[in-house]
Amino acid sequence: MLNNRFINQLINSFFDLSPIFAVILIFQILVIRQPLPNVIQLITGTFFVIIGLTLFIKGLELSLFPLGESMAYAFARKGSLFWLLAFAFCLGFSAAIAEPAIQSLSKQAANIASIQHIIEQTESAKNHYALGLRITVALSVGLAILIGVFRILRGWPVYYPIFFAYTVIICLTPIAPIDIVGIAYDSGSFATSTITVPLVTALGVGLATAIKGRNPMTDGFGMVVLASLMPIIFVMLYGMLI
Amino acid sequence: MITWLSQFGFEFLEICRDFLPIALVLIGFHYFIIRKPLVNPKKILVGFIFVLLGIAFFLEGLNMALFPLGKLMISQLTTPEFLGINSLEVTTTWRTYAWVYVFAGSVGFAAALAEPSLLAIAIKAEQISGGTVRAWGLRLAVAIGLGSGLALGVFRIITGTELYVFIISGFIIAVIQTPFVHKSIIGVAFDSGTVTTTMVTVPLVTALGEGLAQAIPGRNPLLDGFGLLAFASLFPIIAVLSYALIAQWLNNLSLSSTP
Repeated sequence: MLNNRFINQLINSFFDLSPIFAVILIFQILVIRQPLPNVIQLITGTFFVIIGLTLFIKGLELSLFPLGESMAYAFARKGSLFWLLAFAFCLGFSAAIAEPAIQSLSKQAANIASIQHIIEQTESAKNHYALGLRITVALSVGLAILIGVFRILRGWPVYYPIFFAYTVIICLTPIAPIDIVGIAYDSGSFATSTITVPLVTALGVGLATAIKGRNPMTDGFGMVVLASLMPIIFVMLYGMLI
Repeated sequence: MITWLSQFGFEFLEICRDFLPIALVLIGFHYFIIRKPLVNPKKILVGFIFVLLGIAFFLEGLNMALFPLGKLMISQLTTPEFLGINSLEVTTTWRTYAWVYVFAGSVGFAAALAEPSLLAIAIKAEQISGGTVRAWGLRLAVAIGLGSGLALGVFRIITGTELYVFIISGFIIAVIQTPFVHKSIIGVAFDSGTVTTTMVTVPLVTALGEGLAQAIPGRNPLLDGFGLLAFASLFPIIAVLSYALIAQWLNNLSLSSTP
């Protein structure tokens, strides 16, 4: 029985991924017309991707979705605004502080800054700058989740904070140092990881379901986008201040 | 085989380590603030192991198959010989690169469909909307958005237009669309547009940007590479909003035509 379900899910994952295989095959056969290198490795890798996606989706339904929702219900029943907001902030902060892409990005940013003579060209100054940047990103993601939760509690329309963030970004981009702008935009894309997205989505949907007068479809989403916009603002500000 | 296993085990442990702070926050708040026993701790633990193992396998598979292949194809398609660019001749126009647009569009389309976080959001949206929002429809809309966004981003790299012009006009389009879209789809549109820039898309898009910036004369790989990611997170949003608008319009049309 379990085996059967697992195989079904494997087939589902294969269909989910099939457009990619189609694109690759079409380009290989029609345009590039060169034999594929390492066919065995390619097939094994493809198989791994399918298994990985299957396990991930199964795991989501077993853990991240129910956990995020049950915690949202529990906080809603408890009724403590402070602890809910504290939880939202800590969740965002902890997700971003450990994100490997942010770590390598901040090291790269520190190198650029030291080449441009914005900071001293010593190892300790670079580490200091990189750590500062990482904490900035983590703070901004924490703040983004906090604002997202607060918006659901207040019942503001989804797009208020999003448009506000966009406006700030557009105003800051021309005045921020040119080198930090690229880093800032990238940090926004890297701040939301594959584990954070389902967890945060489940939290938002759970809260919007648990609170009277909120609709999970209308109010539950819109936190992930904030988590990727806030770091852009904060990293640009960081670049302007240092 | 053994070296591979130990390497895979090491990567799995790294993913677990990155996940540790989140786990601590979840456990800490659960035991000290909520103070209620978990409903089914065993199931949740198994689920977490599945998620972490799944990510490990997915990444390993990407590194073994999709990334090398994608990068190889990008480098083959951006060679001056393939594009037919004569380095002495500077009269190439943006039309010279027709294949590159098609390829960038296809890479974007395929990468968006492979993105696990997008799948997560799409599944959730389908669940709570009771099937009105289809997971496949949402994913296809995002994929079309990412594909056309990347093709436009490539156009920008080739012509050397300011990034700013595109991003601001894209933003204005999204702002104009939003009030007309039914409010239940707005949050999903913005969220699913954002998650395109994670695991699968970022490495491929970066490789595409770098490959192009190196192949096209007069482009700086450092400055022109990053713009593509900005396109990748803005255009899917517009695409999902458009998808919702078209669906509403068709719906109204069929409602008004039936007497």
